[in-house]
Amino acid sequence: MQNFFVKLLFVTALFIGNSAFAQEKEGEPTDKKTEIKAYIQHHLQDSHDFNLFSSTDESGEVHHYGFPLPVILWDDGLKVFSSSKFNHGETLAEVDGNTYKLYHSKIYKTDAEGTINYDEEQHPTNAKPLDFSITKSVVMIFITGLLMLWLFSSLAKSYAKNGLIAKGAGRFFEPVVIYIRDDIARSNIGEEKYKKYMPYLLTIFFFIFFLNLFGLTPLGVNVTGNIAITVALALFTFLLTNFTGTKDYWKHLFDPLGDTMPWYAKIPLYIILVPIELLGLIIKPFSLLIRLYANMQAGHIVLMSLIGLMFIFKSWIGSPLSFGLAFAISLIEILVALLQAYIFTMLSALYFGFASETHEHGDEGEIQHL
Amino acid sequence: MEKLINEFSVGLFFWQTVLFILLLLLLRKFAWKPILNAVNDREDGIKNALAAAEEAKKEMQNVTADSERLLKEARAEREAMLKEAREIKDKMIADSKETAKIEGDKMIKQAQSAIESEKKAAVADIKNQVAELSVEIAEKVLKEQLSNKKEQLKLVENLLGDVKLN
Repeated sequence: MQNFFVKLLFVTALFIGNSAFAQEKEGEPTDKKTEIKAYIQHHLQDSHDFNLFSSTDESGEVHHYGFPLPVILWDDGLKVFSSSKFNHGETLAEVDGNTYKLYHSKIYKTDAEGTINYDEEQHPTNAKPLDFSITKSVVMIFITGLLMLWLFSSLAKSYAKNGLIAKGAGRFFEPVVIYIRDDIARSNIGEEKYKKYMPYLLTIFFFIFFLNLFGLTPLGVNVTGNIAITVALALFTFLLTNFTGTKDYWKHLFDPLGDTMPWYAKIPLYIILVPIELLGLIIKPFSLLIRLYANMQAGHIVLMSLIGLMFIFKSWIGSPLSFGLAFAISLIEILVALLQAYIFTMLSALYFGFASETHEHGDEGEIQHL
Repeated sequence: MEKLINEFSVGLFFWQTVLFILLLLLLRKFAWKPILNAVNDREDGIKNALAAAEEAKKEMQNVTADSERLLKEARAEREAMLKEAREIKDKMIADSKETAKIEGDKMIKQAQSAIESEKKAAVADIKNQVAELSVEIAEKVLKEQLSNKKEQLKLVENLLGDVKLN
């Protein structure tokens, strides 16, 4: 296992090394630190083609190895074309008389020369067509989805074939499934209602966990560290929480003190309390999305910076040091990959637990806790 | 915050939503439900098996208790039977002793009476024989002694005297 990660790190380091040298040979007067920074920035973003690695030949020409992905734009009608037309942002794509330019991983509509106009803050002011492209992240989501389908449907089948005993890779995942059921769903949602939420909790856990792990591979994907992904995931939890909310949940939201005091005493308190409760409704999923995004983003930045350090200190002491650090951090990142998936699932289950709580059960629970 | 909003990609959000919901539905149908059902079935099976084992254990205990009780009963019965047998034996011995004694006594008595009667007969016989003998002797003596007259008279006299004494 460790051997594998050593290799993984080595390969990652090689890729970054290649691109760093490539840019150096282009003869631009940028220093290595800004190069690495730019590279990391680029890596953290989604891209329109699946680039595995790049190299530069003697003449200074950059070769990209990978495959293009379909670009789907909505710009007065559906425009579908291959991302190879952009040639990694070096050329303009002309489709149906419109010209598009790939600029900092985003597609802008430009004039025939590909001019980008900027505002005072150096932000492009060009029109941005709605971009539904199958990007690298979408491909990774798709691959993860297929992997999960294959893995878990074969686990499900192995039960039927093998007399209720898991076989193969499922043996590793079965305890995780049982852990999510017993220690996340049952303990937070309760015995009666946990079943309803189980498919969601399991899907979200393994989805985040697998994508986090993919993020650590040299494929250089950063799906769970993308804000659009975490927004979508948190939104699912938010919607599921509120759509399955019981009467008691809503009553608690708008009448948090209940029958503990007369209505006239509650009015002044509720001017403050109810907005806080409503704000909490939004803050809960917001914290979910920011936590996952920031953790994964930060992990990638730290790991890549440490690997990048190797190319800054080109000394016999600095490189092994940064290699060792990068190795240690990547081990921690594996833990973080699991931990973030766990936290997201755990908190989702907790919110579902709040939402599906009925009053009698709440009281019983309190008595049990005492 | 502005960076975050700038980074937000509607397309990726759209694909994530679509693919995730699709994945959720497919996994729910083909994976999670069968897996959870299988795990539940297995757990129920284990629970049932444990309960059955517990039941069997109880049954076993009952059986053991039963056999223990039976054994105890049998032992008590044996004890009682032995006691009874001993009593019967003692009684039989006592009875037979009694009977034997009675019988013995009876026999002794019979024997005694037989002896008595025998004795009597013997005595009578002896008396008869003695009488005959004495008569014979007397005859012989008389024949001898009565060869002279004097002697005869003297004898008669003596005999007479004897008779009186008897």
